Amino acid sequence: MNKSDQARGTSFSAGTKASGTSPKQHHILPRLKKEDFDRADKLGINFSVAVEALWANRLRSLLTTLGIFIGVTSVVSMVSLVQGISANWTDTITSLGTNMIIIAPGTGNNLANTGLSSSGGVSVNSRVTSALPAAETTLSLTPGDATAVAKLPDVIEASPILSVHAQVIYGDQNWNTRIAGVDASLQDIQNWSIAEGSWFSASDDQGARSVAVLGQTVYQQLFTASGEDPIGKTIRIGKQLYRVVGVLATKGGASSTDDVVFVPFSTALERLKTSTYVDQIVVKVDDASNIDAVQRNITTLLEQRHHILRGSADDFNLTSSKQLLDTFNQILSLVTALYVAIASISLTVGGVGIMNIMIVSVTERTREIGIRMSLGAQRQDILNQFLIEAVTLSLVGGVIGMLIGLLLGFELTTRLGVPFVVTPTTWLMPFAVSAGVGVLFGLYPAVRAAQLDPIEALRSL
Amino acid sequence: MTNKNQKMPEDKSPFAFPDAVEAVPAPDVAPPLLVNADNQGKPLIVVHNMHKTYHLGQELVHALHGVSLEVSHGEFVAVRGPSGSGKSTFMNLIGCLDHPTEGSYWLAGRQVSHMSSKELARTRNRLIGFVFQGFNLLSRASAKSNVELPMIYAGLTRELREHRARQALHLVGLESRMDHLPDQLSGGQQQRVAIARALVNSPSLLLADEPTGNLDSRTSVQIMAVLQALNQQGLTIVLVTHEPDIAEYTTRQVFFRDGRLMRDEPVQSPRDAQADWVTLAQQNPDENFIGRA
Repeated sequence: MNKSDQARGTSFSAGTKASGTSPKQHHILPRLKKEDFDRADKLGINFSVAVEALWANRLRSLLTTLGIFIGVTSVVSMVSLVQGISANWTDTITSLGTNMIIIAPGTGNNLANTGLSSSGGVSVNSRVTSALPAAETTLSLTPGDATAVAKLPDVIEASPILSVHAQVIYGDQNWNTRIAGVDASLQDIQNWSIAEGSWFSASDDQGARSVAVLGQTVYQQLFTASGEDPIGKTIRIGKQLYRVVGVLATKGGASSTDDVVFVPFSTALERLKTSTYVDQIVVKVDDASNIDAVQRNITTLLEQRHHILRGSADDFNLTSSKQLLDTFNQILSLVTALYVAIASISLTVGGVGIMNIMIVSVTERTREIGIRMSLGAQRQDILNQFLIEAVTLSLVGGVIGMLIGLLLGFELTTRLGVPFVVTPTTWLMPFAVSAGVGVLFGLYPAVRAAQLDPIEALRSL
Repeated sequence: MTNKNQKMPEDKSPFAFPDAVEAVPAPDVAPPLLVNADNQGKPLIVVHNMHKTYHLGQELVHALHGVSLEVSHGEFVAVRGPSGSGKSTFMNLIGCLDHPTEGSYWLAGRQVSHMSSKELARTRNRLIGFVFQGFNLLSRASAKSNVELPMIYAGLTRELREHRARQALHLVGLESRMDHLPDQLSGGQQQRVAIARALVNSPSLLLADEPTGNLDSRTSVQIMAVLQALNQQGLTIVLVTHEPDIAEYTTRQVFFRDGRLMRDEPVQSPRDAQADWVTLAQQNPDENFIGRA
């Protein structure tokens, strides 16, 4: 060793001495100053490297994002659908009055009687106001029950409802709708406001007069074409003639709420449906806090009136609008949870796809990693590069999924006639979820890349 | 400045020796174990009793058995030896790609042997330029982007990166091709891009691992001319080669065998690659090298 050192020393050390005494820049490239370093952010470059790498394998990248894309699409479309239905329902239910109890015949539980057992959103809406199909019920409620319930404490009003479906005709227009025989008090119980004319009076009811109040939908179907003023006009319901006294303002929400003709209860009982039973009794309670107490009182009262023995099943059931809302929300969250579960599976599959392709990518680019490391890339730089690549991949899927999901949601809600609601959640969630999936499933391949030994990596092909 | 040109070829202008990028070694750093005879300028590379063992399956391989070596600023050293002699392991160690199992290694006054992998990466980035046998350019990136890579990891601003990339490519005569992808360039051109990339961070040391191994003999001479010119401007170069005629362009040869340094000798009269290349080019006038550098 010494010998060789000396051999070299004699011929070359003179130059070194000079450099020690007069340090000068070499002429190759201007020397970098300390302040030149660590000035620029590497993340932006990592991002463009990621985009470049993904673009170089566009087909593969596109196929990889498919999993995320499908997951996000389904979540976004379902969320907007559920939000639309939810908005619609909440509207409908609150428009019916919040301090309301509905008494329906039959032993079924609340779910069945509120119509939630049926499938589509629209038919669900109509069930809230309409009578239940006879098939699901045994008739047990009488007009006398309604009168008795109305006398209970804290009950402001109670109205029986008798429903039939019939053809309504005016001039050459006709429309099949629901005819509801109700007390004059129903206007107040269900918060109906009048667009034109007036609600029928109590004396109309007592006299069983042939008068009718038209829902907005029915009015439009019969009178918009001719442009005539409906008040005082005579329409035909089935084979009988009725005089129109009022037109109701729309309630908004589900259109089926407005698709109704109200006639006095006694008139309906006499002329439309000869029956001693009613389909529903709606009760208005003075305050929401009394609803539970009133429900108990009604139960006791009706059990006595119907001679139901202690321990046997009631032949009627009660639903308050609050319960309706609660039940509805419960079902909504159930449906949401179901879709979240399905979406999670899809996103997991998508994430595994990303992880898989990133592992392939790291393996393919081992040499590149080695080169980068030899040029001074820190492990952190390599980690960031591949993590950003995975997140970008995932985000692209998320954004495409969001756009298509919103389109799909728009289409679905429009078809079902419910409002298309876009909340920040609808469009922020896909970003958060897909970025999260990218980080979660991109971390392992990125860590693997960062942990490579530079020598091994350089040696690979 | 006055007495320093004695060993240099007469045609070149006086040059200054490159210092470490981050300047003068601090005085309180422990002195290198081996120092130059004059002890004035510290050697750029001081390797003392370096061992490297690694596991190959069940077997324990002793790649290096106590190698000691010094390389001063401005030297052009050829590391030679048969395959398996430990020269690659030695290169990896002085290239800060690996830690020695035992022994110490000082580069520009810093002890590398105990650096964390983060510090090693930083050292590679700022003090060392690599030139490989297979060029090792990123195939999807243009010549310019390839040259910018070390500066990206050094955190240089975009303006500075572009400026220096252009300068470096100009230096190797490829400024006009800076937007070409590697596969649009010939082997010699790719290697010159790699040299430009190795230079952009103004390293103290250029490590060339069989830089002519993938090139025909004429292009090899051309690359050696570039390296020689760089060395004459003061850049310290350590070159691994098994080709004796390539080693003749350097100023010093060290021979490895079985993990030991066997011989260390100056090249008595280094060949002039530029002159050789001109001769070769005259014999085959079809290629046209805008040789500058």
